[in-house]
Amino acid sequence: MALTEERPAEIAAVRESRIPLAYWLVGAILIVMPAIAGDYALYQIFGWTFILGMIALSLMFLAGYGGMVSLVQMTVAGLAGYMVAIFGTSAITDISQGWPWYLAIPLALIVAMVFGTLTGWLAVRTEGIYTIMITLAIASAFFYFVRQNYVVFNGFNGLNGILPPPLFGVDWRGPTAFYYLTLFWAALAYFAVLYLSRAPFGLALQGVRDNPRRMAALGYNVNAHRVAAYAFAALIAGIGGILLTWQSAQVSPGTVGVGPVIDILIIAVIGGVRHPIGPFIGALIYVILKTFATDALVGLGLAGERFQLLIGIGFLAIVFWSPDGILGLWEKWKASRGRDPLLDRDEAKF
Amino acid sequence: MRGFYSRHPVWSGIIAILVAILLWMIFALWPDWLTDAIGRKKIFLNALFNGVTLGGLYFLVASGFTLIFGLMRNVNLAHGSLYLLGGYVGFLAADWTGYWLLAFPAAFVVVAALGVLLQIFVFRRMEGEDLRQTLVTIGISIVLADLMLWIWGGDYYNISPPGWLSGPVETFLSTAQKRSGDIVYMKYPVVRIVIFLASVAVGVAMWLLLNRTRVGMLIRAGVDDRDMLSATGARIQLVFVGVFAFGAGLAGMAGVVGGTFQSVAPGEDIRFLLASLVVVIVGGMGSIPGAALGALLIGLAEQFGSVYFPTYAVVLTFLIMVVVLAFRPQGLMGRA
Repeated sequence: MALTEERPAEIAAVRESRIPLAYWLVGAILIVMPAIAGDYALYQIFGWTFILGMIALSLMFLAGYGGMVSLVQMTVAGLAGYMVAIFGTSAITDISQGWPWYLAIPLALIVAMVFGTLTGWLAVRTEGIYTIMITLAIASAFFYFVRQNYVVFNGFNGLNGILPPPLFGVDWRGPTAFYYLTLFWAALAYFAVLYLSRAPFGLALQGVRDNPRRMAALGYNVNAHRVAAYAFAALIAGIGGILLTWQSAQVSPGTVGVGPVIDILIIAVIGGVRHPIGPFIGALIYVILKTFATDALVGLGLAGERFQLLIGIGFLAIVFWSPDGILGLWEKWKASRGRDPLLDRDEAKF
Repeated sequence: MRGFYSRHPVWSGIIAILVAILLWMIFALWPDWLTDAIGRKKIFLNALFNGVTLGGLYFLVASGFTLIFGLMRNVNLAHGSLYLLGGYVGFLAADWTGYWLLAFPAAFVVVAALGVLLQIFVFRRMEGEDLRQTLVTIGISIVLADLMLWIWGGDYYNISPPGWLSGPVETFLSTAQKRSGDIVYMKYPVVRIVIFLASVAVGVAMWLLLNRTRVGMLIRAGVDDRDMLSATGARIQLVFVGVFAFGAGLAGMAGVVGGTFQSVAPGEDIRFLLASLVVVIVGGMGSIPGAALGALLIGLAEQFGSVYFPTYAVVLTFLIMVVVLAFRPQGLMGRA
């Protein structure tokens, strides 16, 4: 408390006013959303968007600030989901340990973080495209492993009947409660990434991304920063994975297959990896497409299964014309609008 | 080889002992205690042969992948799609004409042509931008996978070899001794042996081409220093297109082999992309001998794993990758 009181009032006021109006607006809309949207939209569209957005956010953190495109984030999320099912309760009583949630959830997150850290430790030995290849190989190895392993992971069927603990007497699988639950964790993850990107660690990480040799010369341990970034990203992905498991009440090899792994990359890239809001925009687009594309395709006279084609072509178009995703397009548009074509200078600076 | 021995005498000794044990296990009649410990010799020999022939198939896919990467630094994550397309084209060619052998040139030509298009319209436009190339090829593989699913559906297609290649052949390796004293010899599908020999021939031919010809010299020079080579006036873009076409065509031919060994079906593209990724990571990027060694290791690991500990078979493959990455991040045959 003493610290905040010592800070001059003007600085605090400036800080308050620096938060753009858009943030207040979006925040307010998100909070009153249950009053506007129906149950299906709350649970399926927004809940799913926040969850996928969080997992893609962990990829954005690694790719955008660390320059490491990791395809293992969905695997980390799935592992956390599996661990919650195995340590906690599920319909498969032979496998589930039935431990209380305050043991199962932290344990699941720890296992996910350890896995993410180990993956990072392997992946940072190589750079750039090698990282993609190695993480893709690890992700697929995990997929084939859980599909084959019946002792611990129940093989092809996975585990089902995984429900959130009935905490404070609330049924967390109710649409409104689940909406707020996912919103809370998504917002927390979002602000954590935003905060970290400006904290010394995040700045050092961005320095490592831009010029590892210079950072090493300055005395920073480059690999340690990268591995730590993987650990932090694994925590976010792990929380997202647990929520994902609760949402569908099950986790199976299909959750961590190569398709979903690539989908997370697509979400992050479509949204844009320069800012933490990108993954959530990408996730919203993806979820809306996935929910409504089938009907739209049938309406156009195409088979509904061509959804994958639509996503693929959209992804290709984005990567071809705007490597920074939707956010990049938005910034380009803003830049071209804010610029006076005659004077060739920013109006905003006036 | 001699250099390796003088640098790592202990490792050489261990490898020699392991090879001796392996040879004994292949040629000797197994005593009862060994059969009791790990099962019948027939199973072991089958796993060994399947592993080696699967390694041959992996080599065909991965060598094209590693060649394209080694020369052009292009990570073509649509390589698995090229494999699958080759399988479908080969199936059609063999089905229409009735000649199995015709499937190979058909698949090679069609997939190589697609490779040329990819090189001209995609990779040339984003030279040196690794990440964008990777993302674009992921997008292409998604689109291709869905197009192929659209055209050929989710069915399994089998490319059946001609009569003179189907059926088993009796090898000279003994599997067991009958009570009467007769030795039972192992039978093995002749088509797998022939295809394995063919992939060895392809590998040797590639090595000779790369190391003994002018074109190979150009390619190797391009791998080492692309800018210098183009400064000397070599028509490097032409070499690029040629190598890309060849690598893609190899993947297409491998698709025919895969369709003969197993089957052509959706999902195989990802499986073989991942196999070639692991093979190339283990063997070393851009190295043909590395691809051969990696393919052999991974093929054997997969087959032995699925026979002796099916639940954890994938972990074995994965462990090989992790161990190699931990001790030699550049791969077994890769240059630091």
